[in-house]
Amino acid sequence: MAVSIKDVEKIALLAKLKFNEREMEKLRGDLNKILEYIDKLNELDLEKVNPLENINETENVSREDKVKQSMDTELALSNAPSKTGKFFKVPKVIDK
Amino acid sequence: MESMNVLNSKYEPVIGLEIHAQMNTASKAFCGCSTDFHSSPNTNICPVCLGYPGALPALNEMLVDSILKMGIATSCRVREESIFARKNYFYPDLTKGYQITQFETPICHGGFLKINLKNNETKKIGITRIHMEEDAGKSIHDFHDDSSLIDFNRCGVPLIEIVSEPDMNSVDEATRFLQKIKQTLVYLEINDGNMEEGSLRCDANISVRIKGDKKLGTRTEIKNLNSFKNVSDAVSAEIKRQISLIESGEKVSYNTMTYNAKDKKTTATRSKEEAHDYRYFPEPDLVKVKVTKEKIENIKSILPELPEQKVMRYVTEFKLPSADAEEISHDKDFAGYFERVVSELKLKNENNYRTAGNILRTDVRKVLNDRKISISEFTVSAKVLAGLAESVTSGSISASASREVFNEILFGNTDDEQIKILENSLKKYSQVSDTGKIESLVKKILEENPEEVKRYKIGEKKLAGFFVGKIMQESKGKANPKIVNELLIKNLED
Repeated sequence: MAVSIKDVEKIALLAKLKFNEREMEKLRGDLNKILEYIDKLNELDLEKVNPLENINETENVSREDKVKQSMDTELALSNAPSKTGKFFKVPKVIDK
Repeated sequence: MESMNVLNSKYEPVIGLEIHAQMNTASKAFCGCSTDFHSSPNTNICPVCLGYPGALPALNEMLVDSILKMGIATSCRVREESIFARKNYFYPDLTKGYQITQFETPICHGGFLKINLKNNETKKIGITRIHMEEDAGKSIHDFHDDSSLIDFNRCGVPLIEIVSEPDMNSVDEATRFLQKIKQTLVYLEINDGNMEEGSLRCDANISVRIKGDKKLGTRTEIKNLNSFKNVSDAVSAEIKRQISLIESGEKVSYNTMTYNAKDKKTTATRSKEEAHDYRYFPEPDLVKVKVTKEKIENIKSILPELPEQKVMRYVTEFKLPSADAEEISHDKDFAGYFERVVSELKLKNENNYRTAGNILRTDVRKVLNDRKISISEFTVSAKVLAGLAESVTSGSISASASREVFNEILFGNTDDEQIKILENSLKKYSQVSDTGKIESLVKKILEENPEEVKRYKIGEKKLAGFFVGKIMQESKGKANPKIVNELLIKNLED
């Protein structure tokens, strides 16, 4: 499965990243190399092997429904590039 | 173009709903922050729900219990093992860059709910799946022109998403199904049913086809409907739009729509195709959820009475007509009040149950509607209402007098005051003011004495005293002579 420039463009768009032509080409090469490496798995017969969903094979790790102390609003906002009052301020995006 | 009525009988809409319901846990789905809706902005937040690198989610066990209640109540199958998945997308209200949800293995699937139709028939609406997920933060767009404000309090609040089969074929069926889902959630005490505060939201999938066609038309999806009125108006508008398109020879294309309540129109969003590539994969930070048979039995044993069960019980135990039972149990708290009145009745019999039900369905309901309050804000105690019901059933006051007494009781601020008013007004109405009762006495006496009536009518006015005497005797002296006089003259002069 070879990665095309179109694929790179799509992945870049989904990741909200911008690349120039030279970088695109390099990424295409890198991504192809990664896929080739993963492709090695196809040499094995995996027909009867279930996908590993989690490296941690325990189950039912949960917590009681109890409220814990939250962060201080000031502290949380101190990391924000932009804020207004008690709100985080972000570039306007309406269309979801 | 043909009229809309003709077209409505030519086409059949096919509707499926996706309902997001907030589970009323105290803390969020994957962290200990409070879920309180009324907190000031960005106070219920922490590294987990803000998506700080390295912060790890921990599943709220109450979320699992709550979704299992809904799954079992809607006859779903419960998956023995299910996992969480990451749904990847960039949007400022979800800082992690993904929503934790369930994808290939929803914990509950393959259930149904029955809805009552207008013609008193019931229809089974299939439930494809119910899964767990987290909510995103809240964006405020209309504050600044070029920027949005974000409040992350809601981010990470536990939701369940209920996906129905496309089994509804009218706006009425869709709203009835949503109503039934809401009622079930509220009965299970896992959701507060508050659409205004967003704890219940709905997306609708709609397509239309020529009646009788087996093949489904191309569907569109209307997002984020947050009231029953919006659901019904938006779905109607979208059905109309699709029919018009098809009638004018165009095709419906798959689109996400938004509904504008101002001009009652649905319009396609400008979302790019790429935006729908969510690249789901198993959430590595959460382990699988295993549900044992014991767990299911345990949940079943603590499941509260469901709406249908309550209606059935009211019909069999209280001998209420099923329409009355249906009406009273529609709202769980209202039904709870009815049951408190029943428990306060001194004489537990069918007549008393039914009278109590009638007073609730008419007089109490009217007060709630007039004052726009819920039953929990209604101040008359169940004990007083039980007393009133018994006075009606025993015949000590008439049904019409009962309304007068009820209206007087409303003035009582405390239980004691209400009891006093009840006692006083019962005396008053059973003695004097029950005009309905007195009038029937008057009519009875006039019928029994036709000779005297004739004589009175040709001028022997002093016979009035004769009639009054007879009526007073018949009422064992309880009738108010003044009212007797008035009614007597009125009936004689007619």
